[in-house]
Amino acid sequence: MTPATEPVRPVDLQAVRSQFPILGRKMNGQPLVFLDSAASSQKPVSVLEAMDQYYLTRHANVHRGVYQLSQEATEAFEQARRAVQGFINAASDREIIFTRGATEGINLVASSFGRQFFKPGDEIVLSRLEHHSNIVPWQLIAEQTGAKIRVAPINEAGELLLDEWEKLLNERTKMVTIAHVSNALGSIFPVEELIAKAHERDIPVLLDGAQAVPHLPVDVQALDVDFYVFSAHKMYGPTGIGALYGKEKWLDAMPPYHGGGEMISNVTFEKTTFNELPFKFEAGTPDMAGAVGLEAAILFMEGIGLDTIRQHDKTLLDYATEKLLSVPDLKIFGNARQKTGAVSFLMGNHHPYDVGALLDQQGIAVRTGHHCTQPLMDWYGIPGTVRASFGVYNNLEDIDRLVAGVERAARMLG
Amino acid sequence: MNEIQEEIIDEFSLFGDWMEKYEYIIELGKTLPLIDEQYKTDDHLIRGCQSRVWLHAGLKDGKVEFTADSDAVITKGLIALMIRVLSGQKPEDVAKADLYFIDRIGLKEHLSPTRSNGLLSMVKQMKLYGVAFAARGEDSDIY
Repeated sequence: MTPATEPVRPVDLQAVRSQFPILGRKMNGQPLVFLDSAASSQKPVSVLEAMDQYYLTRHANVHRGVYQLSQEATEAFEQARRAVQGFINAASDREIIFTRGATEGINLVASSFGRQFFKPGDEIVLSRLEHHSNIVPWQLIAEQTGAKIRVAPINEAGELLLDEWEKLLNERTKMVTIAHVSNALGSIFPVEELIAKAHERDIPVLLDGAQAVPHLPVDVQALDVDFYVFSAHKMYGPTGIGALYGKEKWLDAMPPYHGGGEMISNVTFEKTTFNELPFKFEAGTPDMAGAVGLEAAILFMEGIGLDTIRQHDKTLLDYATEKLLSVPDLKIFGNARQKTGAVSFLMGNHHPYDVGALLDQQGIAVRTGHHCTQPLMDWYGIPGTVRASFGVYNNLEDIDRLVAGVERAARMLG
Repeated sequence: MNEIQEEIIDEFSLFGDWMEKYEYIIELGKTLPLIDEQYKTDDHLIRGCQSRVWLHAGLKDGKVEFTADSDAVITKGLIALMIRVLSGQKPEDVAKADLYFIDRIGLKEHLSPTRSNGLLSMVKQMKLYGVAFAARGEDSDIY
């Protein structure tokens, strides 16, 4: 029996960091401090080796070959799908669609679900905190179908105003779409509550999990979420692949997104019938090596332990918040009670570009700008922020270097 | 024009480390010939992804005069350097200017298209003004 209070094993930073040779590089003559994992994490050797091994020993086109090698490639690809299924605890591997990433997942749902179900006057409810990827695809389908976008407000801390959000739900609401974790501020939204309230009104919910899966355990069945999207490259996997989870009842009811090979059952010039799930949504030769890399990334994270990763992130975030707040004139944007992965700030009145450029000179990689959340930055009335975001390989020394770097930048900028 | 570029290269060669260099750039930002407030409009805005740059050009006694501003001080300093080289030059010289000093003083990365600070677009715009004034051939303001 394992008591729930058993302490979480701490991360073995030396072992983890040794998996990331890139962290040994110097930038502008200084040892690299990489604090931009929310944009894209670095990749452990194990992910690269898995992809190499796939190409070196198991590659052929999948699903069609009668020969052994093609069957092995197919098995590698489908095993990766089952790994994703297990990672987010989906009920069936038929509900896991490989995509190019979270952005494509949202576009797929917006386009296929929207074409099938949106009518003029219908409404899509999202939040002010959304990444452009969770705004623009809905604008495109809204334009085509006559549906409307409704935007739920947030408070100064970067938390969703639940009551205001709930007031937007009505009989015309056909989709609720929201970030699980904000990329710009790190806020964790109360998604269980949102999903329950949306489902009371039979409204499906899509969660943009791009910033959640690197830090939080996700269980799509426990959440009872309708759609969940994420990208491999933000969770130590390769670029160019991600996954869409969709409840089978929705995926079955939605028309295909792209047409091509693999997604068909029978093609004549008069009438084409489509393949079953998940292949209906995977036109063309898929990214097999990417899928294998994603599986290796899942194994990497599970090897460390998702609870350990969560706790390490909390340690980094708490330490960074405390240290940054000790810098005079530094203001943190986003003080949600529940946060993970990132801290966004401005140094006095200095432009984030200036601070970022001076940090770069000190070997510290942070993101500056609007983080693809212009409506949020406009709401705060700022051009952008400096965002430091964390991976499992970051240590407290990285935070100390960041804080010293920010202090030095502030002195130089006057 | 190249004399000015050599002068800048000499100045920057004196700096021992990146801090001195950037402190100088930040100081230069304060000397930037500022754009008249009436021109600080969207028409004069050069959209970079992060820092915004406003640029105005006029032709006086056959020479191009630039004024500008930016919301980021490092960007302002770099614009001040460009203006020091390109302002007071003949339009045709501005149009075909080879701004090699940027590379030589180790600031090339700021002009990279991936840097998205609006500087590269600004240099293009400055040269376009040169082309436009050369074609027009008389003193005037553009915009």
